[in-house]
Amino acid sequence: MSVLVIAEHDNAQLKVATLNVVAAAVQIDQDVHVLVAGGGCQAVADEASKLAGVTKVLLADSPVLADALAENVAEQVLAVAGGYSHILFASTAGGKNVSPRVAAKLDVAQVSDITAVISADTFERPIYAGNAIATVQSSDAVKVLTVRTTAFDALTAAGGNAEVQSLSSVADSGRSKFMGRELAKSDRPELAGASVVVSGGRGIGSAENFKILDPLADKLGAALGASRAAVDAGYAPNDWQVGQTGKIVAPQLYVAVGISGAIQHLAGMKDSKVIVAINKDGEAPIFGVADYGLVGDLFEAVPELATNL
Amino acid sequence: MKVLVPVKRVVDYNVKVRVKSDQSGVDIANVKMSMNPFDEIAVEEAMRLKEKGTVTEVIAVSCGVAQCQETLRTAMAIGADRGILVQTDEELQPLAVAKILKGIAEKEQPELIILGKQAIDDDANQTGQMLAALLGWPQATFASKVEVADGKALVTREIDGGLEILELTLPAIVTTDLRLNEPRYVTLPNIMKAKKKPLETLTPADFGVDASPRLKTLKVTEPAARSAGIKVPDVAALIDKLKNEAKVV
Repeated sequence: MSVLVIAEHDNAQLKVATLNVVAAAVQIDQDVHVLVAGGGCQAVADEASKLAGVTKVLLADSPVLADALAENVAEQVLAVAGGYSHILFASTAGGKNVSPRVAAKLDVAQVSDITAVISADTFERPIYAGNAIATVQSSDAVKVLTVRTTAFDALTAAGGNAEVQSLSSVADSGRSKFMGRELAKSDRPELAGASVVVSGGRGIGSAENFKILDPLADKLGAALGASRAAVDAGYAPNDWQVGQTGKIVAPQLYVAVGISGAIQHLAGMKDSKVIVAINKDGEAPIFGVADYGLVGDLFEAVPELATNL
Repeated sequence: MKVLVPVKRVVDYNVKVRVKSDQSGVDIANVKMSMNPFDEIAVEEAMRLKEKGTVTEVIAVSCGVAQCQETLRTAMAIGADRGILVQTDEELQPLAVAKILKGIAEKEQPELIILGKQAIDDDANQTGQMLAALLGWPQATFASKVEVADGKALVTREIDGGLEILELTLPAIVTTDLRLNEPRYVTLPNIMKAKKKPLETLTPADFGVDASPRLKTLKVTEPAARSAGIKVPDVAALIDKLKNEAKVV
């Protein structure tokens, strides 16, 4: 049986997370289909059809699906679910919103946030903020999985030539209505997929002071992140939060500035390739995971780093 | 209207769990247990709706071992009017919990069910969405603001890259994110009062639910350890290491 990947997109472009999920899917089965459910999203389907490893693209294009309401998207997935042994979502805000609805309607367990495929029915996943790794086996007929994108290297976005098959759209549930969206406009890369992340913590001291990270992030082409303490204090927006219950990142370079390193924060970034910590407290737990630690005043070190890199 | 708030007993936020040497799980004997932090936010939100006059009764539910009574007493100390314990010693997975909660929802007929977005032990992030699907209700997950009026809930949600606003027709499911509110401290008088509030004990069988786990945990291991690196004396040394040793800039 084939494997179905639910595409992550904004109706205009495929999100990189989808490429990570396809990478997990091909480890399960070579026949990987991608469902693009959205509104005015033909371009996304075309993009998906070119992904290496994808054998077929299903396109459900309707205003009912344009705002990715969980009720409607889940029904659309269920409409085609019958033909698949595995249904995979990205473990993003969007994927996590929809996948459990699909699993519950199929009366199967969901395996959340898989970090390794051991076999077609056995997967690894972190529990307790990544302080333990569970190997779980599903006995259900259909496996519904969400995939931790940082655990699977994205497949290339080119080389494939899959057929695009149009589906008829499900009807609107009529129970939820999209009222609006406020997306932060930024020229910086998306936090979850960025190759460099510069994150600030409570040590930064204020929202105004957070701007000290901008020149460094500019220089490195980095996304900006924050610890929960910094977000709770109002220094940084909610969706910058890196950690157990925020974003999980694993960039090539993670620069932690004024972050002490609570276990919940470490859970969100400890798989980064190289970690740099700048903190005035030499005993801060962040130094326990940092490849390079600099004990000192961040207000001197960060501008100096930005200037001299 | 009634609000139902499911609460889970988990290993306390500040405890760093240890993996058992036989790889059968994590050692939770003699560690501090608390209410899942996201569920505390859910109880607080229900109380704020009650204090605004939108809600008349807040019912806390917990599924699990007998000690979940303590978690329910905490919910009642925050202000929940009564508690329901669905008691079992079996390992409960999200699908089973969602099925039990569906049974309770059908019995109690709440207009709103507020749950934590995820539990900090299994980090599954499933139960609210599963419950919504089983009941055929709309959902707003990862909520940072909730307003209820005229049979609707207007919910601001945290999504990747920003915020989104949904209008749900009640009855509906909301799951909480961190910024929804800051839970109040429970006071001693309220802890005393909570001891006198009604607490009903039921079992999964009362709802005809087969709660046996669908996922088998084969083993639990330590994550790959990351060792500490070196401290550099100054920014120049840091730049040198990044350029010539790590080669990441």
